[in-house]
Amino acid sequence: MRGEARRTVLVPASVPALAGHVKMRHDNVRNCWLILAPERVFTPDAVAVAVLQLCDGKRNVEAIAVALEQTYNASKELILQDILPMLQDLADRGVVTA
Amino acid sequence: MSPPSTSAEPTPTVGPPLGLLAELTHRCPLQCPYCSNPLRLERADGELPTEVWLDVLEQAAALGVLQLHLSGGEPTLRRDLEEMVALAAKAGLFTNLITAGVLLTRERLERLAALGLDHVQVSIQDAELANADRIARYAGSHARKLEVAHWVRALKLPLTINAPMHRQNIANLPAIIDLAVNLAAQRLEVAHVQYYGWALQNRQALMPTRRQVLDSVELVERARERLKGVLVIDFVVPDYYAQRPKPCMGGWGRGSINITPSGKALPCHAAETIAGIRFDNVRDKRLAEIWLHSDAFQRFRGTDWMAQPCRSCELRTVDWGGCRCQALAFAGDAGLTDPACAKSALHAAFTRIAEEEAAEPARELVFRSPRAGRKAAIVRS
Repeated sequence: MRGEARRTVLVPASVPALAGHVKMRHDNVRNCWLILAPERVFTPDAVAVAVLQLCDGKRNVEAIAVALEQTYNASKELILQDILPMLQDLADRGVVTA
Repeated sequence: MSPPSTSAEPTPTVGPPLGLLAELTHRCPLQCPYCSNPLRLERADGELPTEVWLDVLEQAAALGVLQLHLSGGEPTLRRDLEEMVALAAKAGLFTNLITAGVLLTRERLERLAALGLDHVQVSIQDAELANADRIARYAGSHARKLEVAHWVRALKLPLTINAPMHRQNIANLPAIIDLAVNLAAQRLEVAHVQYYGWALQNRQALMPTRRQVLDSVELVERARERLKGVLVIDFVVPDYYAQRPKPCMGGWGRGSINITPSGKALPCHAAETIAGIRFDNVRDKRLAEIWLHSDAFQRFRGTDWMAQPCRSCELRTVDWGGCRCQALAFAGDAGLTDPACAKSALHAAFTRIAEEEAAEPARELVFRSPRAGRKAAIVRS
């Protein structure tokens, strides 16, 4: 099997980014955020939008959690517990790479 | 005393469409015997001009369409494909090119990628070269497709491999999954042939046995588990062996619009087989007006049109009564329950046909061509 054909497993040190072929944009017709992918349209909730906007390919997951501490008035650890499975799910769907 | 009738059914409020399937042309170098184009193929001189397509794409984006599928026939036969991709990208549409690949050059693919193409879907007929070329009736097609698939990935575009499934290639499903992985595709679409138009002509020669279908379901489930995070597999089984119908198009007039090469707007690609519906043309009417108010899109929208057993079925807003074209083709009335549903009076006969046809040796295939289509259309009418 090819090297690239391997499942991405997210850990706090992973540096996630939106996959190159995926578009996240605000839709003015429906007035919501959308993730557009091949044959798929996802409607991320507010937390997912906040996290994905921080997925810039530079910050790691831990740094994203720190950046969200104030917004959600919660500890980094608690936020990590929340966003790691979410990012893993998005990675499995091909929306996020790391 | 019976309780007051609870007509809790909301009148269908129409949301914006998600997808637009633009059938740019019916011309195609391949002759697959299950082609989803109608038997009466549109000629090149009946195709919409560039400026109409560009206007339609702009209207579609304004209406709320998110996904644009540039399809056919073979869409790369249109020399104005570049203009469409450029406009779609500017309008924020996620643009998917559905191609047989055989006519593409690497230069053209590069150009399309640079203009903002988002995704390429390459069809294959089998994983086995000789059989693939036989089914496409095009010598050398399989090798060309593999080359195109490599270019797609080299250009960092996401790739879907689309392998229509039937009794003449279903044994190679494991090899098809391996091929998709080896081509580094993100997605594999293994859709069993749907029996309308060309495929209906060839149903006996394409229908697998129930055993084959069950085996393929199990195989795909195992592959999905094994390839989690590597390859997404979208799988559609033939509904002749199903208990519940497929929610065709996600419900009539609920999420997508199909535009034919000559500009007719259809709720699904086979809708023209239903007599007595007038299909508006994008040359004459705005897309928004067609989507919201046209006879064609209103006809089977929501649940008001339903008769029993659909009307009182708790799944009526899950499967939307199944497929109207299949109801017409089999039951003779597009307003009846899809015979794929176990609640349909015709379900047993429907399943029996599949079982009987699959049990016999496959007859010779009728390959897609304008001439074969005219002949078949005359016989059927």
